[in-house]
Amino acid sequence: MSTVEFRKALFADERKDDFNEIGRPTIRQDILGHVTGRSKFYDDHLFDGLLHMRCVRSPHHHARIRAVDTRSAESMQGVRRIVRPEDVPVNLNTLLSLIGFGKNDEALLTPKKVSYKGEPILAIIADTERQARAAVDAVEVDWEPLPHVLNVEEALQPDAPVVNEIYPNNTFEYYDKYDHQKLRFGDVNKAFADAELIVEGRYQMSPIEQAPMETCGAIAAPETNDRYVCHTSTQALFFSLATTSKLLDLPSARLHFIGGTVGGGFGGKVDSIVEPMSVLGAMLTGRPVKFMWDRSEEMQVGAPRGAELWDIKDAVDRNGRIIARRFTGYFDSGAYTRLSSYAVVKSTGHLPGPYTIPNVASNVFCVFTNRTPATAMRGFGITGVDFAIECQMDRVATAVGMDPIELRILNAYRDGDMKAHRRIAKNTALIECCQVAADKANWRLSYEARRQSSLTGGGGRRAEIPETEIDEEGMIGERRQKIMPSEPLSGTGRRSRIPAGTVNGEEVKAAPAQHPEMEGLRSDSLRISEKANLPPASPPAPPPQIPPYSKTGPSQRPEGKTSERNSPATRSRRRRSNISRFISGTRRR
Amino acid sequence: MAKFPVIFHLNGAETAVFVDGGQNLLDVLRRSVGDLSPKYGCGQGTCGTCTVLIDGSPYLACITLAQAVKGKQVETAAGLSSGADLHPLQIAFIENFAAQCGYCTPGMLMAARALLDSNPRPTRDEVIEAISGNLCRCTGYDPIIAAIIEASTRMRGAYLN
Repeated sequence: MSTVEFRKALFADERKDDFNEIGRPTIRQDILGHVTGRSKFYDDHLFDGLLHMRCVRSPHHHARIRAVDTRSAESMQGVRRIVRPEDVPVNLNTLLSLIGFGKNDEALLTPKKVSYKGEPILAIIADTERQARAAVDAVEVDWEPLPHVLNVEEALQPDAPVVNEIYPNNTFEYYDKYDHQKLRFGDVNKAFADAELIVEGRYQMSPIEQAPMETCGAIAAPETNDRYVCHTSTQALFFSLATTSKLLDLPSARLHFIGGTVGGGFGGKVDSIVEPMSVLGAMLTGRPVKFMWDRSEEMQVGAPRGAELWDIKDAVDRNGRIIARRFTGYFDSGAYTRLSSYAVVKSTGHLPGPYTIPNVASNVFCVFTNRTPATAMRGFGITGVDFAIECQMDRVATAVGMDPIELRILNAYRDGDMKAHRRIAKNTALIECCQVAADKANWRLSYEARRQSSLTGGGGRRAEIPETEIDEEGMIGERRQKIMPSEPLSGTGRRSRIPAGTVNGEEVKAAPAQHPEMEGLRSDSLRISEKANLPPASPPAPPPQIPPYSKTGPSQRPEGKTSERNSPATRSRRRRSNISRFISGTRRR
Repeated sequence: MAKFPVIFHLNGAETAVFVDGGQNLLDVLRRSVGDLSPKYGCGQGTCGTCTVLIDGSPYLACITLAQAVKGKQVETAAGLSSGADLHPLQIAFIENFAAQCGYCTPGMLMAARALLDSNPRPTRDEVIEAISGNLCRCTGYDPIIAAIIEASTRMRGAYLN
């Protein structure tokens, strides 16, 4: 069995070493079922009289439905029921409405206009899957194809086709005000005006299908107690239950959802489509109904990780310090919102990556196009922009003639630094990660890079919240009027400044703590251990400066002193005093 | 639709079913016989999760006509263990963390079983070749390859004893 390698020495004071399970291989509790073929996936539940449901889907990216003729399908052998949009009790939804985020913008069965290829407009329930397929083929639809848009930048043009009437500007609407999510930190325009070097890059990611081995599906059946049981492949059982309850206007107490054995999901099984469809089928026929995507449907209409496009522009000094970073990001949400609006918020919270950059601004758009709606997949909102950021770091390294790993170590955030979203960086480890990765790859780092540490050099000036320029650009609907800034702070809209040291208009003296209660627990345990094991606490250290660092050449400190500074005991002591300094900043004052 | 009788051996037991013309073996095993161990992954013969053995050779049940197994020996993952005793492949899969979601596992086990039955001492390359028709989205394949090699070692040890 494989074992996990821990670098405990690097973070010796972060946790105790008394784990019972972590770091030791353990047998999965469900694996006996897997190797004997007895694990019950949703489709391994057998029902007598099971009916099969299949959808009539759009062959066009964008089209109006002029007329639907189901007469020949209705008379075919084995056909039990045609399910129409008007059979869906509440036929408009958005997934995040469950947490009050976004407008209902997507039908379960689309009544008038389809906005992506494969969008379902009808369903047919028949005795066998083969009969259901034959009946689907027999439905005649009179389509009126419409101009479509498959590219995020084209979708933002003033004359672009409207993909989704709920969002007529082809963008999700943030805070009922902006057509994008903003991040503003520091004075980006000034930093770029003063920049010694500007490095630009454009990075693009295609959609990625999760492609689980088991396709999405569900079986629903009426129970004997006026409830519907639903065996489903969902990754999000209660999310799917609540969505079904909303769409079918059924109290959730009448839904009995069974899941948990998922044949691979990777994010693609949270969209809660197969569950309301199968339960609706069971409601309309009084029989067990299976609604399962075949492999082609999984690939065509199964929501992928969306395409992303990122423009990054950096202001860099000759030593490789990144002074300012601008982002313009576009998430291709496809035809409907699903979870992309949230991915944009998540990605903005992640900017500018794990680096301490004093001036950052971003505009990130959630854009509607006539592509398959996008959804969750493995760190969606983060992995794409990380790809862009790390490619950009390599590009900056080339531009300044610096080793790419050393450039990362130079710019990496350190404990105590202020991040662009106005939180203090804690438990940072990028520098150590870079050092270990370089070591494993036999990549030679300079002595100076090897002796850097996340535990030192942070805070002080690097903990300050700068004066920040803000703007009102990108109000909802401006693009349709040909007012089109895409780069942050690039337009002529009204600007203002918020003073340094403020968060949400309030003055901030102490560093904001992310988890005050946990901090409290930790400060107690630290104080006890300090009393027990450590020499008397030293007076608070003076605010550290940005560490002197040269990419080559000898160390600026005497060798002996450096190694003393880096001995585990000193480091551990220093870390404790760092941590208690933050705690005293937030709690003791 | 006309039904045709098919008699075959499933994991050693004589089995009789009526099948539709054109019905595939996967559907018959799962729906008519009730052996749910082979899974539907693609229905196109590309993912391997429906792999079963017919007279000892691996076949994709989703693209095999049910009528074609008349009189033959069909083996599935459900018949791999003998009573309560797990097959060495099953033990090695457990110990090497070679299953995560478990959906490809029955097909993977049958492909490996066919390999070890015909080649008790496979090289790593031969193991990779043998499971090259079986997709897995969770494990990254390495634990599966390690498990099959470990099982082959165990099985040879058992023969020597």
